[in-house]
Amino acid sequence: MSEPKIDGFELKPGFKGMASDTASDQTMFKGVHWGKAMMWIFLLSDTFVFSCFLISYMKGRGSTPVEWPNPSEVFALEAFGVPVPLLLIALMTFVLITSSGTMAIAVKYGYEKNRKMCGWLLLATALGGLTFVGMQAYEWSKLIHEGVRPWENPFGAAQFGSFFFMITGFHGFHVSIGVIFLFIYTYKVFAGHYEKGKKGWFTKLKGDYVEIEILGLYWHFVDLVWVFIFAFFYLW
Amino acid sequence: MSDEYGNNKSYQAQSSEVMDGSTGSVNPDIDYVRPSEVGEQELYHPHSFIEKWVFCQDAKVIGVQYFLTAVFTGVVGLILSWLMRLQLGFPELAGFMTAEHYYQFVTMHGMIMVVYFLTALFLGGFGNYLIPLMVGARDMVFPYVNMLSFWMFFVAVAVLMASFFVPGGPTGAGWTLYPPQTILEGTPGAGMGILLMLISLSLFVIGFTMGGLNYMITILQARTRGMTLMRMPLTVWGIFTATVLAMLAFPALLVSAIMMTLDKVLQTSFFMPTILKAGEVLEYGGGSPILFQHLFWFFGHPEVYIVALPAFGIVSDLISVHARKNIFGYRMMVWAIVGIGALSFFVWAHHMYVSGMNPWFGFFFATTTLIIAVPTAMKVYNWILTLWRGNIRINVVMLWCLGFIVTFVNGGITGIFLGNVSVDVPLSDTYFVIAHFHMVMGIAPLMVIMGAVYHWFPLVAGKMLDEGLGKWHFWITFLGAYSIYFPMHYLGFIGVPRRYFEMYDSPYMTSAVGMNEFISIAAFIVGAAQFILIFNIIKTLKTGKKAEQNPWKANSLEWYTSTVPPEHGNFGDRLPVVHRWPYDFSVPGAKEDYIPQTTAPSEVIHTEVEKT
Repeated sequence: MSEPKIDGFELKPGFKGMASDTASDQTMFKGVHWGKAMMWIFLLSDTFVFSCFLISYMKGRGSTPVEWPNPSEVFALEAFGVPVPLLLIALMTFVLITSSGTMAIAVKYGYEKNRKMCGWLLLATALGGLTFVGMQAYEWSKLIHEGVRPWENPFGAAQFGSFFFMITGFHGFHVSIGVIFLFIYTYKVFAGHYEKGKKGWFTKLKGDYVEIEILGLYWHFVDLVWVFIFAFFYLW
Repeated sequence: MSDEYGNNKSYQAQSSEVMDGSTGSVNPDIDYVRPSEVGEQELYHPHSFIEKWVFCQDAKVIGVQYFLTAVFTGVVGLILSWLMRLQLGFPELAGFMTAEHYYQFVTMHGMIMVVYFLTALFLGGFGNYLIPLMVGARDMVFPYVNMLSFWMFFVAVAVLMASFFVPGGPTGAGWTLYPPQTILEGTPGAGMGILLMLISLSLFVIGFTMGGLNYMITILQARTRGMTLMRMPLTVWGIFTATVLAMLAFPALLVSAIMMTLDKVLQTSFFMPTILKAGEVLEYGGGSPILFQHLFWFFGHPEVYIVALPAFGIVSDLISVHARKNIFGYRMMVWAIVGIGALSFFVWAHHMYVSGMNPWFGFFFATTTLIIAVPTAMKVYNWILTLWRGNIRINVVMLWCLGFIVTFVNGGITGIFLGNVSVDVPLSDTYFVIAHFHMVMGIAPLMVIMGAVYHWFPLVAGKMLDEGLGKWHFWITFLGAYSIYFPMHYLGFIGVPRRYFEMYDSPYMTSAVGMNEFISIAAFIVGAAQFILIFNIIKTLKTGKKAEQNPWKANSLEWYTSTVPPEHGNFGDRLPVVHRWPYDFSVPGAKEDYIPQTTAPSEVIHTEVEKT
């Protein structure tokens, strides 16, 4: 993206620039679409949600008197007759991070007004997200078959199951919402809504390729949260 | 207040700067405001009655919708408080009430007043109505989501009210909902009641997030030309900072509500320790009840400031307008609001001194709590210094403002008592606490709400509220509120515990009974007096005198709309251009005693305006 230019306002770099933007009129984040700023603020709020979940998890893990199960045993997957720790999780993480990459390229093609490429990459991102949710459903069903429930757990502390299903469920819910929107925007891009200036179904406002970037912000955030869940839940 | 105009404190333009000699016309340079960065906002105008008044995207209508819904819940909360006072003062008349009922009323009164009344009223009501008007925007940046925000709140209120009618009734666990007793059998409403409460709170948080994003981004990204952050009215600063707090604090409430819902529905044990009940071990075990308290108060303490900061901001504007004087120390006021907001995230455990946490925690949180008194006291001094030698108009609005200052100082001082661990421990869970927080976050913000209603009613409805009725309303409420809460400090000192259905044969039964009767009578009168306002509003809408544009001679942009009341889009064809802060009152040398924010510098060159 090229540097924004503001009429009659000098954009300075660094801390001084931030101070002069803040002290100026009209906008605080110069040249930033309001929707993008709004998504950032929402993600900040959502960060607090996930932080509360993860801190509660640490506290719960610390205060339960029963021993916490060993994640590399619980989350192992049989491959060629050998239990490989965290195999499925590694695959899930790989798929999700890759979908972040396709999302980033989709944003680039969006700003270049390359409708086709943008659409295909959005579709790839959506399919990546769908694969992730599918693998998570497989992992859930595997654990449920082994007897793990939100209220009990044959491997150790009951809180293991509670926190596992709650946190991965909440994250999976975020991914699912993202996948739904990715499919919607794939359709909008392929149908050329932005070129035609078609108004949104609900908002009745004209769209722009900046919406793809906003969706991208959300998608990268969901990936980033997964990295933290991965670190705190599967590696600890 | 930049240094653009040299080092003099006040700005006096030189005639050579201003006149271009030949024609005698004004040199446009000093009036220069750079062109618009953002362009015109795309507005969706309503096409039907439903789009105009029900699922409306206009922030002003949404604000009124929020206001009316919040007032409705507030009336429910008021009636619950009457029932509680009936039991405490005249138990022989309250034979229909069991202890379970009493706990349910206490719980619902607290939750309704804090979350569904005050928060929704200040941020949803005043925020929606005033933010776009005051920063010079046509509407919130994302009107559709703003509309969803209100309807989500409406559903949250409906779910909350539904809990009165489910089997077992609403939850009676106290508004803090402490586990484990909240969801255990034996607590009133431990079945459906608590579930609906938790669902309603989650919906409220989701709905608020939608609105809060709009308030923040409208203030940050959609101000009009010339409107710098430091030219915004303090009302906007207060609502903005409160919204930031809400966006960061409500997540903790959402998470604790989700976890407790799972504890309730799926028998997880996030908050539930091993429990023996009648010799039987329950299925719960290994959870941490203290964790809930931390999560709840990480939300709960900022929540106090979510209510207080908009009140601080609004009262600053009201005092300045009705004392015809600029607000004393505007920058200090802004930084005090921001500082209080930041500090409010580091004090939550002062609600948990008796929870059994590490005493060093208490030491830390007592320190941070007392530090908050510094910016707060600065604000109080500044309000008083704004009044000092002002051209004070003792009208109804000003009365409410003065009432606010008194009650707020009163409640703040008892806060210093309770902030100290060693003083708090004996006073904890007594009526002293009730007196403190009702004074500081009940009555004081309510005084501001009332003042704001009398102040902005001419803008919203185009008619002036009746001053005489307003004065009755104020004096009964002010004196009555003191009659209720002042004696409660004393009850607290003699040790009367809060949340007790009755005193049984305790020594308090004899020593507190007369006082309880007195408090109850005062509560009935004060509650009834609030209906004077409702009567006043209905009467004014029917027969009231038509308001002129800008009846209070204020400077901020909401009074300079194209029509009164403002229509969709607020400012007609052209957005206003701002040249100054909204506090240029009684400027020496000016023709009128106020200079609107839109007045260009060249029009006031011979006056001593502040540099803003």
